[in-house]
Amino acid sequence: MLFWKNGSRDSLTLEGRVIDPTEGIDACLKLTIENGVIARIEPGGDARYTIAPAFVDPHVHLRTPGREDEETLVSGTAAAAAGGYCAILAMPNTDPVVDSAATLGSLVEAARAEAEIPTGFLAAITKGQGGAELTEMAELADAGAAGFTDDGRPVVSAGLMRRALQYGGFAGRRIALHCEEPTLSRGGHMHEGAVSAELGFGGYPSVGESVMVERDLALARYEDQPLHLLHLSAAQSVAALRAALDAGVEATAEVTPHHLCLTDEAVRSLDANVKMNPPLRAREDRLALLDALKDGTIGAIATDHAPHARHEKEVPFEAAPFGVTGLETAFAALYTNLVQTGLLDLDTLLERMSAGPARVYRLERPRVATGAPANLVVLDLDMAWRVEEDGFRSRSVNSWLLGQTLKGKVRMTVAAGKVVHS
Amino acid sequence: MPELRVIGEEMRPPAPPERRHLISIKDLAREDVERLLAIARTFESSLDREVKKLPALKGRLVVNLFYESSTRTSSSFELAAKRLSADTMSIKSAGSSMDKGESLKDTALTLGAYDPDVIVIRHPQIGAPHLVARATRAHVVNAGDGKHQHPTQALLDLYTIRAELGRIEGLHVAIVGDVMHSRVARSLTQALTLMGASVTLVGPPALLPRDVEVLGCDATTDIRAIADANIVYVLRMQRERMEAGANYVPSLREYAARWGITPERVRPGQKVMHPGPMNRGVEIDPRVADHRDALIESQVRAGLVTRMAVLYDLLTSGPVPVQVAAAVEVA
Repeated sequence: MLFWKNGSRDSLTLEGRVIDPTEGIDACLKLTIENGVIARIEPGGDARYTIAPAFVDPHVHLRTPGREDEETLVSGTAAAAAGGYCAILAMPNTDPVVDSAATLGSLVEAARAEAEIPTGFLAAITKGQGGAELTEMAELADAGAAGFTDDGRPVVSAGLMRRALQYGGFAGRRIALHCEEPTLSRGGHMHEGAVSAELGFGGYPSVGESVMVERDLALARYEDQPLHLLHLSAAQSVAALRAALDAGVEATAEVTPHHLCLTDEAVRSLDANVKMNPPLRAREDRLALLDALKDGTIGAIATDHAPHARHEKEVPFEAAPFGVTGLETAFAALYTNLVQTGLLDLDTLLERMSAGPARVYRLERPRVATGAPANLVVLDLDMAWRVEEDGFRSRSVNSWLLGQTLKGKVRMTVAAGKVVHS
Repeated sequence: MPELRVIGEEMRPPAPPERRHLISIKDLAREDVERLLAIARTFESSLDREVKKLPALKGRLVVNLFYESSTRTSSSFELAAKRLSADTMSIKSAGSSMDKGESLKDTALTLGAYDPDVIVIRHPQIGAPHLVARATRAHVVNAGDGKHQHPTQALLDLYTIRAELGRIEGLHVAIVGDVMHSRVARSLTQALTLMGASVTLVGPPALLPRDVEVLGCDATTDIRAIADANIVYVLRMQRERMEAGANYVPSLREYAARWGITPERVRPGQKVMHPGPMNRGVEIDPRVADHRDALIESQVRAGLVTRMAVLYDLLTSGPVPVQVAAAVEVA
């Protein structure tokens, strides 16, 4: 399900404080990598650097095909490598939409020639993401689709949603849902609440997300099928997910760094780089997301890396498209805003950025173990760095962190046995 | 031996004044509002003279950039600049390169190349004035940005209220109608509460924003709440929001019946204001609009002097004593 340039496999030694929460490792160790495989794990080294399983991003917009001015397979995977990722999954809302084996096949072929790190592709649930006709999911799964989603749009029809769950189950892939009730979110540029009341923006209320989460979880329960909830933003969505998990629904969910770090207060800046869908919500929503991430109700952190051309974001807030970049800043943003402030421990952060997202789509979990392929990230937790436009590998610079100084820098990324960033 | 002196703050050349804008009432302190109202009052007396033009802003360039249709705001800004002897340039979206799809940033850069002292902008989207302020070196005046702010309307309303009732502090103002889509309601509520008045917002449930009390006011759907207000401020109902299918209210008829300001709903002496243009028979009964308790024409007159005051204040460095403004007349 993952495709990348069939390059060299490297041999090297890494020393540092090695943390793999899933394997129960937290010690100063020396890792010997031979021909891309962790050959030996021995005591040694100091805690100058932190070494962990590399990150997995289940939600990336590579904008290819169609908007190569914003991102390409090359720039997007280079950005991911710089952010410490050893695997990413790309969303199908491209032009054309990834809704046929032919389109998916050409992407797979391109990834084999150009992708710096292992890259997977989700295919659309409905043809053209039009919400009317199911795609040929079984054929798409055979052609390499990692899962199915109409991300960017909800599946509005409950009847079609039910059919998608049924057929996705047959195709053996997880359905991932962008939950948004369009008649409630219409005209909304930000979260509906005190800040939108003051600024005058049309609001997208939190209930516009949670009613769809509740509907889709009810359908998944009825059909006894798994599902994945994309980029949750609202406390009520988290409550619905908890209830469904208690009832035995096989549901997974992800949350973005920006929803974990910011609230709708950030929109007072009127900066188009804090405009995203779902929108930044209230303080209690942010805290509910954080609690859910801590206790594992939400098991994955996803960047929802959404590059946009500079001129499309340099417009008044209401005219700007939704979305922000995130691949190159995710770890540092979360380390600075959550770990350093005592809101989250480092082990949980590392787990939710690596093993957690891998589990959602049943990808091989990056791990520190003898004989495992080397998928590792080397972090300098003490290093402070400033987020600046010319520092990005991504073709786009629509980051909400521009100008901020963050703590924690990715010093090296090893993906599928190859040093892809150092 | 001459005494060696360390140059202190008092001996340094004065720092260039910070470039000021008028974008949101929220950026103003009460003393700023007091100063602007005082300057406006000074200018008002100049309007009685035979030659109404003052030389205060001679040689300055004021650009009016209007992306939405407007009669009273654009004409009063233009006249305000002319009365202060500034050069003016008015650009409207129809027939300009804005019509050809030029971005706001590029239009701002183009106009910025002429080094205007002030750019007055009206735009249907929130934050457009901020963008112009970032893209140019001009002082920016917000003449209405989407549903966000219309600060000069709020200032002229304060001016009118003080002129007619002698005070602002302690008054109770009921603002009635489509609060949700109204930049006038937002900026006026902030301005009134800043000056010590209390505000009650009244309107149909779907047109009162959730959590609107953060503006420092009360909100209710009950029209009877206007009874004890000193002033009933009537908002314009936009007809497209009343059409069948929009469902903000079931119908125009139902709106007029429940929230229309009729003679039966106001008591003698209760003042009525409206930012214009009015929909007579919808949000306001013509008998109320034409009654002597209606301050609507005073509002229009206040628009000119208030905008003169805003332009004058932005272009003279920082807070100016009122006497200086008065001296301008003599010059």
